[in-house]
Amino acid sequence: MKKLKVLLVDDEQEFVETLADRLAIRDLQTSTANNGQEALSAVEQCEPDVIVLDLKMPGLHGIDVLKRLKDAYPNVEVIILTGHGSQKDEEAARGLGAFDYLKKPADFETLVTQIQRAFQRRLQKLERMAMAAAFAEAGEFETARKIMEENGP
Amino acid sequence: MGLRTWHSMDARSFNKATAVSGVRNGIGKDLRSRYRRLWTYSVLFTAFVSLTPLGIMTLVNYAQYRKAMAAETDHLISRIASNSQRFMDGFLEERRAALSYVASRESYEDLCDQEKLNRVFRDMKQSFGGLVDLGVIDSDAIQRSYVGPYELEGRNYKDQDWFHEVCIRGAYVSDVFPGFRNVPHFVIAVRRDTGTEGSLYVIRASIDTEVLRRHVASLDLPPGSDAFLINHKGIGPTPSRQRGAILDRCPIATPPFSAQPQVLEVTTTEGEPRILGYAYIQQSPFVFVVLMRPEDVMHGWLRLRNEILWLFGVSVVLIMAVILGSSTFLVNRIREADRRRDEALHSIEYTDKMASIGRMAAGVAHEINNPLAIISENAGLLKDLISMRQQPPDRDRTLKIAEAVLRSVERCSTITHRLLGFAKRMEPLTERISLGPLLEEVLSFQRKEAECRNIAIGLSVPPDLPIIESDRGQLQQVFLNILSNAFAAVPRRGAHRHPPGAGKAGHGGRHHQRQRLRNPRRVYRADLRAVLQHQRRLRHGTGPLHHLGHRGEAGRPHRRAKRGRPGRRVYRALARSQANLNHGTLEHTPG
Repeated sequence: MKKLKVLLVDDEQEFVETLADRLAIRDLQTSTANNGQEALSAVEQCEPDVIVLDLKMPGLHGIDVLKRLKDAYPNVEVIILTGHGSQKDEEAARGLGAFDYLKKPADFETLVTQIQRAFQRRLQKLERMAMAAAFAEAGEFETARKIMEENGP
Repeated sequence: MGLRTWHSMDARSFNKATAVSGVRNGIGKDLRSRYRRLWTYSVLFTAFVSLTPLGIMTLVNYAQYRKAMAAETDHLISRIASNSQRFMDGFLEERRAALSYVASRESYEDLCDQEKLNRVFRDMKQSFGGLVDLGVIDSDAIQRSYVGPYELEGRNYKDQDWFHEVCIRGAYVSDVFPGFRNVPHFVIAVRRDTGTEGSLYVIRASIDTEVLRRHVASLDLPPGSDAFLINHKGIGPTPSRQRGAILDRCPIATPPFSAQPQVLEVTTTEGEPRILGYAYIQQSPFVFVVLMRPEDVMHGWLRLRNEILWLFGVSVVLIMAVILGSSTFLVNRIREADRRRDEALHSIEYTDKMASIGRMAAGVAHEINNPLAIISENAGLLKDLISMRQQPPDRDRTLKIAEAVLRSVERCSTITHRLLGFAKRMEPLTERISLGPLLEEVLSFQRKEAECRNIAIGLSVPPDLPIIESDRGQLQQVFLNILSNAFAAVPRRGAHRHPPGAGKAGHGGRHHQRQRLRNPRRVYRADLRAVLQHQRRLRHGTGPLHHLGHRGEAGRPHRRAKRGRPGRRVYRALARSQANLNHGTLEHTPG
């Protein structure tokens, strides 16, 4: 069975490494990035199912990274995990399609659960995409559009 | 942002902070001196503004009243002199005319008749009065007949000045002289020619000075004043209060001749000031003199002057009382307002400090979250390693985890101690401070924030920067505020933020290209493969579309469907659907 791939993005090197170790113990395939630019590069290479993204990082801000990721790959699920969270950031992140917004230090089990739920939603999105593609190929564009609308941003 | 850029910005704040400390150290003495000075200036200025017009008005009134009163006094004295002059003129002229009448009506022989002369004298006394005696003197200056209280018949007046004068002038009022009676008196004499060449006689009458004395007494002069007749030698026919007997010399010099009554201010031989009114009596050697003490004449003015001075004094006292009271009240109010303002400023400083601490606390809380998360994850990892594996984790791994935890704890400790160090300095305290370490400490609060904002901070502290004396907490706050303002002035995310679609040659274009995703295909290749697999299953009727009621249509290819590579068709279809969903345009890139 294909392993769930998680990209961990945080400027705290120690944190992402430890978190990656723990997720690996949970049988998740992890990769790490320490800033937004690295994350954007890594997402093309490892094609993660779920991205755990910090907000306050040197260089690109997490919200900017989220926006670019969602513009490029609408189906990828992003969970925000930050120690500098604010209500405004949470609203912005959810508005851009973030799956969840967690604050450090987050409960690890909650994080794992949310990663798996995000993965499930991603699978549902892919399934709907397949259905939409089939309808589109059959010329049923309106139906395909409705299905894609249900996928959301 | 380089520190060099805000070295100039912080100079004012720094000076302000040091000035505040200095002011607070000597605040009590300076403030007391300042309020005393303010009170003094207020009293002096208000008193000047208030009392100057009052003083000028009082002086003007004083001068005008004095002038008016002096004019009135002059007029009064002048009127006394004038009235007395008219009275004297009339008195002497009346008697002279009477003598002339007697001389013209009566013959020399009749007048030499004692009996007839008695009758004439009696008639004259009854008609005119004011005569002591009456005599007839022949051309040889021998008194031929006489009526009066003295034994003067047969006396020869050849050596008397008045006799020669009357022989020359025809009528004459003599000066005061004792004569044969040895009593100071003066006479009116009229010459009468008998018709024979060289033959004449003189009718002479001694004047009763009691009439003049009664006239003077009727003037009702004040006790210190005096009035009398004098001649050019200063002696006269009337007694006076000050001069004494008739022939005593007058205490003032004879005033200069004037046809009109005059008023002068003179000084007596005793050096006392007097107001002198005088009038020359016509056709006589006498001058009517009235001497008055200024205080007697000017008593109205003096009373008025005293009233003016009293009014001025009372006004000054009242005004000064009001000024002192109001100045004291105002200065007290200002002092109270200053005290409240200082309290408000202290409150603002306290609030500002608390706000700074609040802002820093928020940042610190966020900063602490990261090491806490590291601690949490490392502890969780250790637990995972112990609980999920049969054998305990190896020693190196455990040590690494423990060290990571300890580092994070130390990081938390540093952050909290830094915050506490800032927060505990609430009361101003002057101490010796080296600015370099202080700036380092302040920068440490904001360094993470600067990194996240892509703001570079360069600290350039000259090695010879002197140690200053100031309040550490206030300086920290000043520098912290400067840093916060500087951060707020830099656009968020600094130079790294560019608007979408910025041109390649534009500002930051290359950098922007580097950040942009190189191949935004909107789906992963793996996703595409998964979708294709799904699509194949759908074609064979085994996929989820059967549940949606599209079995028949989905089971066969659409008549408009084009043949080709299935992956490419699906990808285009997906892209088209997504484009419709986003209300955008479809852009196909071959390959």
